[in-house]
Amino acid sequence: MDYFLKLFLSGTAKGSIYALISLGYTMVYGIVQLINFAHGEVYMIGGFTALIVGGYFFTMGMPIIAVLLLSIIAAVVFASAYGFTIERLAYRPLRNKPRLSALISAIGISMILQNFVLLAQTEKYLSFPSYLPELSFLAPYRDYINSTQFIILVTTAVIMVLLTMLIKLSRVGKAMRATAQDKDMAQLVGVNINQVISITFIIGSALAAIGGVLICSYMGQINYYIGFVAGIKAFVAAVLGGIGSIPGAVLGSFILGWTESLGTGYISSDYEDAFAFIILILILILKPDGILGKNQKQKV
Amino acid sequence: MVSSVRIKSRRYREMNRKKFLSDILGALATMVWFVLLLFPMMVMKVNVSTGKATVDFRWGMIPLVAVGSFILAFLWKMALEWNEHRGDTVTKDTAYGKFKSRLSVSFQNKTIRYGATGVLFIFIIGFPYFFGMYHTNVMITALIYVILGLGLNIVVGLGGLLNLGYAAFFAVGAYTYGLLWKYVGPLMVTAGIDPSWLFWISLPTAGILATIFGILLSLPVLRLRGDYLAIITLAFGEIVRMVLQNSGNVTGGATGISLIPRPWLLNMHLPPKVAAVYIYYIVLVLVFITIFVVRRIEDSRVGRALEAMREDEIACESMGVDLVRNKLSTFALGAFWAGIAGVVLATQTTYINPDSFTLWESIIILMAVVIGGTGSIPGVIAGALLLKLLPEYFRPLAQYRMLIYGTAMIVVIIFKPDGLIPRNRKKYTFTSGSSSGVTKGDL
Repeated sequence: MDYFLKLFLSGTAKGSIYALISLGYTMVYGIVQLINFAHGEVYMIGGFTALIVGGYFFTMGMPIIAVLLLSIIAAVVFASAYGFTIERLAYRPLRNKPRLSALISAIGISMILQNFVLLAQTEKYLSFPSYLPELSFLAPYRDYINSTQFIILVTTAVIMVLLTMLIKLSRVGKAMRATAQDKDMAQLVGVNINQVISITFIIGSALAAIGGVLICSYMGQINYYIGFVAGIKAFVAAVLGGIGSIPGAVLGSFILGWTESLGTGYISSDYEDAFAFIILILILILKPDGILGKNQKQKV
Repeated sequence: MVSSVRIKSRRYREMNRKKFLSDILGALATMVWFVLLLFPMMVMKVNVSTGKATVDFRWGMIPLVAVGSFILAFLWKMALEWNEHRGDTVTKDTAYGKFKSRLSVSFQNKTIRYGATGVLFIFIIGFPYFFGMYHTNVMITALIYVILGLGLNIVVGLGGLLNLGYAAFFAVGAYTYGLLWKYVGPLMVTAGIDPSWLFWISLPTAGILATIFGILLSLPVLRLRGDYLAIITLAFGEIVRMVLQNSGNVTGGATGISLIPRPWLLNMHLPPKVAAVYIYYIVLVLVFITIFVVRRIEDSRVGRALEAMREDEIACESMGVDLVRNKLSTFALGAFWAGIAGVVLATQTTYINPDSFTLWESIIILMAVVIGGTGSIPGVIAGALLLKLLPEYFRPLAQYRMLIYGTAMIVVIIFKPDGLIPRNRKKYTFTSGSSSGVTKGDL
C-alpha cells in the first residue's frame, strides 16, 4: 500500500505538470481548432530562459528566493512573448486556409525553435539547479512525497483556480468562451477576435513556462529536445480528456500521470511512454470524443 | 483631364511615400521586439566548462539580430502584400507568365513532348553512369521517399485521413526483411538454398504484412475523425517503435539488425558499386509500378469513393458508399507501399534500427506530401525529391539545415498553400451531340 501511495503521489505530481502544458493545447484548440505542435517548444524555451536568467542572478549573488521568483517571471514573460510572436508569424496568415496547412506550419515552427536553441545555446544536457526550497514540515512524510512534488501540486492547484476564475468570471474569459463557441457570431457582437486569440496564446504559453520551470526543477536537467516529448504527452492528455475542454485536459493529464507512474512501478519501466499511448487508444475506442469531450453532431 | 490624372498620380505618390514610411516604422518596431525577444537566447549563454556554471554575454549578437530582423520584417511584409494581391493583375504579361504560356504551347507539339520525355527517360535510366556512386545512393534514398510519399498520398491526399504514424509501416517492411534474413537466412544456407532469394520473397511479404498492420490500425480508428485520428496514428507509430526497441532478444533492440545482404543478381555476389546500381534500378522499377498503380487507383471506383469520403463523410455514406470498407482499404493501400519501401531501405543501408522510424520520419513524409501538393502525384514526387535531395546537397550548411528546413516549410505553406504542384481536379466537360460524355450512372 505504501508503494502504491508513493507511486500515486508521484503520478499526481507528474499529472499536474502535464496539466499545465496541456491546458495551452486545449485552449488554443478550443479557439482556433489548431494542434499547436510548437507548444512543447514554448515550454522548453520557458525552462531555458529560467535557467539562463536564474543562472545570471545566482552568480550575481542574489538570495535564492529572489532568483527563483525572477527566473519564473522571466520564463513567463519570454514564453508568452514567443507564443504571441509564433501566432502572429506562422498561424495568423493561415487562419482561413485548410487545417492541414496550419499543422504543417506548426511543425515548421517546432523545428525552427528546437534548432534555434540548439545552435544558440548547446546540444548537451545541462543540469538545472533546484531553486525550489526544501520544506521542513514535510520531513515526516519524506517516503511518500518530496518538497518539489508538493510545491508542484500546490502551484498547479492555485493556477487552476485562477484560470477557472479568469475564464468564468472575467470579461476576457467571456470573450474567449464566445470565440470558442462561434467565431463569426462573437465578431458580430463586438469581440475582437485577433485580440482574443493572441491572449489565448499568451495565457497558454505562460502556463507552459511555469510547467517548464517546475518540471526542470523536478528532473534536474534540461535539453533543447525536452519540449518535443512533453508536448506530445500533453497533447495526448488533452485528447484523452476531450480536446477543447479545459476540465477535460486537467482530468486527462492526471489519468496520464497515474497510468505512467503505476505502469512503470508495477509492470516495466522500459515502456514508460507506451503506457500513455495504450491508454489513449483504449479510451478513444470507448469514447471517440475523449472523456469530457462533447459529442459533436456532424452535419453535411 | 490631364490635371486630374496628375493630381491622382501625386496623391498616389504621396500615399506610397506614407505607406513606405509606415512600413519602415513597422519594421523598426519588429526589430526592437525581436532584439528583446531573442535577448536571453542569443546574447546570454550558459557555460559549464569548469564545473561551475557561469553566464556569458555575447554583445556582438545584438547588431546581427537587429539588422537581420529589420530586413526580414521588411521582406515579410512585402511578401505578404504581394501574396494578397497576387490574383489581382493578369499574370500573362510578365516574363514568367509569357515563358509559362510559351512552354505550354510548345508542349502541345508532339515531337517536343516526346523529345522531352525521351531526354528525361534517358536521364533517369543513365543516372548511375552519369553521376557515380555517391549520387546514386542519395538518389536511391530519395526514390524510397517517393514511394513512401505516394503511399501516404493515398491516405492523406485521397482519403483525407491524417496519418502521423506512417513510419510504423515503413518499419514493418524493413524489419520483415531484417528478421527473415536473421532467422530464415541461416536455415536456407544449411538447406542448400541460395539466400539471395530472400529479398524477392520479402518484397511481397513485407507489403502484405504492412497491409495487415494497416488494417489492424484502422480497426480502432473507424469511429474517429480529424485530430483524434492523427493522434491515434501517432500513438500507434510510437508503440511499434517502442516494441521494436524493447524486444531486444528478437529484434536486436536499440542496436537493430546489421549486415543485411544486398540483393544478389542470379546467385552472383555483386560488389558494392554494382549492387548500388542494381538497387537503383530495382527502386526505379518499383517507383514506376507505384506511380502506375496509384494513378489507376485514383481513377477507379475505390479512388472516387475515397475522394468522396474526404470531401464529406456523411454525404458520402448517404450516397451508399461503405465508409468502414473505405477506411480499411485506405489504410491498407497506403501501408502496402510503405512495407515495400522498407525492404528497399533495409537492403540499401544494410542496417536497420528503431531510430530510423521515429515520429520525425512520419512527419517528413507527410511534409513531402503537403509541400509537394496534397493529392497530386507529380507534386508528391517533386516534394519527396526536394525534401530528400536538398538537405543532402547542402551539407556545408548542415548545422543550419533543420533551421532552413523549418523556415522553408512555413514559407511554402503560407505562400503556396496547395503545394508546389497543386492537384488538378478532374473536370468532366459536357459537349453537346457526343454520347461519350456523362451518360451512364458510373460517374
